[in-house]
Parts: sequence; C-alpha cells; structure tokens
Amino acid sequence: MAFALSAEAEQKLNEIMARYPNKMAACIPALHLCQEANDNWVSDDVIEFVAQRLELGTAHVKGVVTFYTLFNQKRPGKHQLWVCHTLSCAMRGAEDILHHCEKRLGVHVGGTSPDGKVTLRTAECLAACGTAPVIQVDKTYYENLSIADVDRILDGLVKGA
Amino acid sequence: MIKQTTYLSHSYGKPNSWTLSAYESAGGYRGVRKALALTREGVIEEAKKAHVRGRGGAGFDCGTKWSFMPKESKKPHYLVVNADEGEPGTFKDRSIMEMNPHSLIEGCIIGCYGIGAHACYIYVRDELHLSKARLWGAIREAKAKGYLGNNPFGKDYPVELYVHSGAGAYICGEETALLNSLEGRRGEPRLKPPFPAQYGAFGCPSTVNNVETLAIMASAFDMGCDEFSKLSELHPFNDGGARLFGVSGHVNRPGIYEAAVGLTLRELIYDLGGGVLQGRSILGVIPGGSSCPVHLPDELPTLPPDPRYDAYRGKSILDIPLGVDTFRSAGSMLGTCCAMVLSDAVDPVLALHNVMRFYRHESCGQCTPCREGCGWIERILNKVVEGKATIDELDRVHEIASNITGNTICAFGDGAAQPALAFIKRYRKHFEDYIVNGGKSQTRRLTV
Ligand SMILES: Cc1cc2nc3c(=O)[nH]c(=O)nc-3n(C[C@H](O)[C@H](O)[C@H](O)COP(=O)(O)O)c2cc1C
Ligand code: SF4
Ligand code: FES
Repeated sequence: MAFALSAEAEQKLNEIMARYPNKMAACIPALHLCQEANDNWVSDDVIEFVAQRLELGTAHVKGVVTFYTLFNQKRPGKHQLWVCHTLSCAMRGAEDILHHCEKRLGVHVGGTSPDGKVTLRTAECLAACGTAPVIQVDKTYYENLSIADVDRILDGLVKGA
Repeated sequence: MIKQTTYLSHSYGKPNSWTLSAYESAGGYRGVRKALALTREGVIEEAKKAHVRGRGGAGFDCGTKWSFMPKESKKPHYLVVNADEGEPGTFKDRSIMEMNPHSLIEGCIIGCYGIGAHACYIYVRDELHLSKARLWGAIREAKAKGYLGNNPFGKDYPVELYVHSGAGAYICGEETALLNSLEGRRGEPRLKPPFPAQYGAFGCPSTVNNVETLAIMASAFDMGCDEFSKLSELHPFNDGGARLFGVSGHVNRPGIYEAAVGLTLRELIYDLGGGVLQGRSILGVIPGGSSCPVHLPDELPTLPPDPRYDAYRGKSILDIPLGVDTFRSAGSMLGTCCAMVLSDAVDPVLALHNVMRFYRHESCGQCTPCREGCGWIERILNKVVEGKATIDELDRVHEIASNITGNTICAFGDGAAQPALAFIKRYRKHFEDYIVNGGKSQTRRLTV
C-alpha cells in the first residue's frame, strides 16, 4: 500500500522544506517524519514517497537511509531500547545492563522481545558519559542507572499497552 | 591553579534555566548587543582577541576561522553549528543545549554577523531530542522578542536559526561529512581543499563551529574579548578564556566543570572529580575523547625548548595545563577536554577492544586504509581477547595503525589509529600476557 502522510504531517513537511535553499536538504528530516508516521521504520514505500516529494532519485534516498543507523530498514518493536556500551559506560557497568536486558526480554542484541514490545539495541556514546551508565528508550534518556532502575524501566515497557 | 568560572554553567541545575527570562536575568544577550554595535570587520578583530580555540577538538582559533570567510561574495554565507557531539567520553555540548540554549543562540547571532551569514543551521545528533526541543524553544522565544528575524536588537541585519537533525553516525561530526549530511546526502567526508569557507553548505561559503565555541563567544563579547582571554593561564599561548571540562569513568564525581583554561588533569580528576573510585590509583587517562592517546599517570613528556614551557618542565602529564598547544607539544592531544579516567581495576586490553569496536563500527568506509584497517585491528583484538592471537599479530596492529595515519580523507583515520598505538605502547605487557596465557588476564573487566 502506498505511503502517505496525514494532513498535519504534510504541513510539517512543508515547514521543514521551507528551511532550506533546496529540496534535497530536507531528506533526513523528511525521513524522520515519515519513519515516525510508519511505525518507526522506512519501507520501500516511504523511500518512494520521500523521493517523489523531494524530487530525488529513489537510489539517492535509499543511499541515505542505509548510511544512518537510526533509519530502520525493518519494523522494530513498539519501543526501542538502546544501551550505550562505549568506554565510559562500559567502565560503569554497561555490559551488565545489556546482559540483564537480554535476559529479561528474552532476546539478543538486535532482536525484538517475543511480545513485540521492545527492540533491544546497543548505542555508541550517547553524550552522557558523566552520568553513565545510560540507556535511551524511544526519545528519553535514563542515566546513572542501577540494575534495579533498569528493572523498573523494563517493567513499565512490558506492562504498558 | 583552579579558577572555576560560571560563564556557561551558571544556570546548570536551576529551574527553567533554559528560558529567555532566566538567561537575561543572569546577564544574557549583552554580548550580542556589543557585537552588533561594531562593523563586521570590527567583530572579527574583537573575536580574535578572545583567543578562543575551537572547542570541537581541533583547537583552531575561532576569530581567525571567521576571518577566512570572503569579504564580498554574491553567494549567501552560512553558519553551521556542530552539535553532533559523539566523540566517546564527550558530553559537554549537550549540557549547554539542554540547560543554557540561549547562550548558543546569542553566539550564533554574533557568529552570523561576523561571517556575513543570514542563516544558521544547528546540526544536532538525532538522539539528543531534549536538546533539539530546548533549542527550538529558545529560537521561538528569541524570535518573539525580536532578537532573531529581520531586525535583531533593532539592527538591520536579518538572522534566522534552524535546528537540523542527524540520524545516527559519529562521522557526521567531521565538518565536511556534516555539511554533506546537512545537504541531505550520505555523511561522507569531503576531500579538502576546497575548505568550507570557500565551498561549504550548498556550495556556499560556510563556517562550521562547535556549540561551545559559539556559546562562549557571547560571554567573551560581553566581558571584552581581550580581558576574557586573560582569564586563562595559557593566554601567552593564545589559548584564552574559560571552557567546560568533563570527567568520566572511574572518578567519584563525574560531570562537567567550568574553569579558566589552564586547569590540569590532576585538578580535574582529584579536586573537581573527587578522586578515583574506592581510592584506587590511576591506570591511565585519556585527555579529551577516545581519539586522544591514553597516558600513564607518571608520564614525563619532553617539552619544546620554548621558555614559555619552563614552568612545566619535569612535570607529569597530569600537571601540565590542558591547552591546545601545551598538549600537542607534550605528545598528546587536547581534543574536547572531556577526560576519561581508567582506574587500576581496568583491563587495558578490554578498554582498547571497546574503543576499536567503536571505530570499526563508525568508519564511513570511503578510504581503504581506514575501512579495512579498523576492521583488521578489531579482528586481531578479538583474537587477543579470546587468547588466540600471536605476538606477530600484535605487532601487525602497530603496522596497520601506522598505515592508516596520514593516508585518509579525514581525521577519523588518525583518531582511530592513535588509541591503538598508544594503548599497545603503554600496556604492551598486558597484551602479551593475554597472548602468552591463552586469554587469561588478571582482571578481565572494565568495572571496579
Ligand atoms: C571523526 C571526527 C568527528 C568529529 N566530531 C565532532 C563533533 O561531534 N563535534 C564537534 O564540534 N566537532 C567534531 N569534530 C571536529 C570538526 O571537524 C570541526 O573541527 C569542528 O566542528 C570545528 O569547530 P570549532 O573550530 O568551533 O571547534 C570531529 C572531527 C572528526 C575528524
Ligand atoms: S578516514 Fe575513515 S571516516 Fe574518514 S573519510 Fe576515510 S573512511 Fe571515512
Ligand atoms: S560512553 Fe555512554 S554516553 Fe558516552
């Protein structure tokens, strides 16, 4: 089924495009907007849509999508959880947090919990090293974490609708 | 000597610190008024006196960079703010954007005027959703007050600011990769020359500055740039003012601290950072992001014969003031001034393994030495950790890293090679032990 934006999101897209001297520059913000409207992933239909609206080749848009780690080429779970595992976080226990999440969610890194609720990922330095260890859930950071904190966060995600 | 300052951090931790009224009641938006009262050339001359060395890592003088922009050109000029903060260990720009975004807005208006730009894009890494929201909020407030738009502060010099979002790629912090990404392309670095001042965003003259560089310029203009520069112990090295210092890893009080330039690592770690966890000793310190070499705490660098260095001769790297030139001369790199502290609980082999995994993951892949080299080094380190490597392979890491250095399009290559060379040089025994003992080490962990 072809992808389309809601009227409200279309309005947003027009605002975004007005910020730049050409249409191509809206490529990444437009992809973010469409990804959010498409259950957090960029399907071929989304690529086609963005290419048409910005008058770009689909190959260009696909090239952009594949370059950046935050464009999902597959549908993720309802929530996305990133565990930062770069050095400052690793020195503060990131590996333990990661293993704990794997155990609790019953997945390996990269996978989605069997109930479809959480996709578990690792992140490279999230610019929060002074409050390590850190995880990001969707758009929110959680810092200075203990395993008990992580349990509370996971409880919320798993119980949530 | 520690001289703590609060130019950027006065509002940190205070309620609503990100609002315009909080910023103005703390004296904000005075510097920009002074700047707009000058001519464009006057702004550049004044900016040079601040001796603000780029806070993004390369340490280039801000006023001098602004002076590279063409005086007259038919094309529009752009100011591009590098808010892609992603260098492992670095977390200072985020604190400005979240807690003091108006300082960046003020710095951007000064910068735009100084370089002849009417539009500025703030390129924020996507993960920093709160930063983006706070910046948009600050832009809206400033616009409503008439500080942005057609007549900022009554001056006939239109300025518009926009927040632009990345999509998860460390390499987009490299300024030409950032420009490509801003233009809606893959974030691959460009060959230089041409430099951004000639051919930057959208093929037009552009200046790329770090968040902190611009934010601190607002304070410098308020104070008077010459006086601001002299806050620094390193004013004689043309490394002026005050800056944010970060410390993370195995210290009791990790965080961001603001002080006059000239602070030492020992002061940062022990006086501000509260010392090493559990009273342990230091195994190593990485001064400013993972691309900098790691240092032993008792390392005695050889300094140049220049008399300005006399006061620091015979001192450990921990006691040399953190400055762009002082650290370069000491065989190190200042980077972003956000230090990572490795206590003696840390296994340095695992630390390098972690760092090289990062570089392998983030190489954009354009240059063969970087793309393949980072991969080879990571694979050899995998074998070291598994106890399957040979001494020969360890030596090959040195060879591979040396072959990356200087042979790539962008400085990522050097940034990836440097930690590999520094770790193996300083902790060679630990690496050899892994190999000799089939993967057994004394600690085999990174945590205390
Ligand atoms: C691989 C790589 C990553 C970089 N990442 C950043 C970054 O996240 N933020 C930043 O301000 N500068 C970063 N830089 C430095 C920029 O290329 C550039 O020097 C800087 O933005 C200039 O601003 P300044 O002169 O105000 O410091 C990076 C450089 C390289 C080579
Ligand atoms: S050095 Fe590495 S990151 Fe930089 S352009 Fe070459 S491959 Fe890309
Ligand atoms: S290392 Fe995790 S936030 Fe920087």
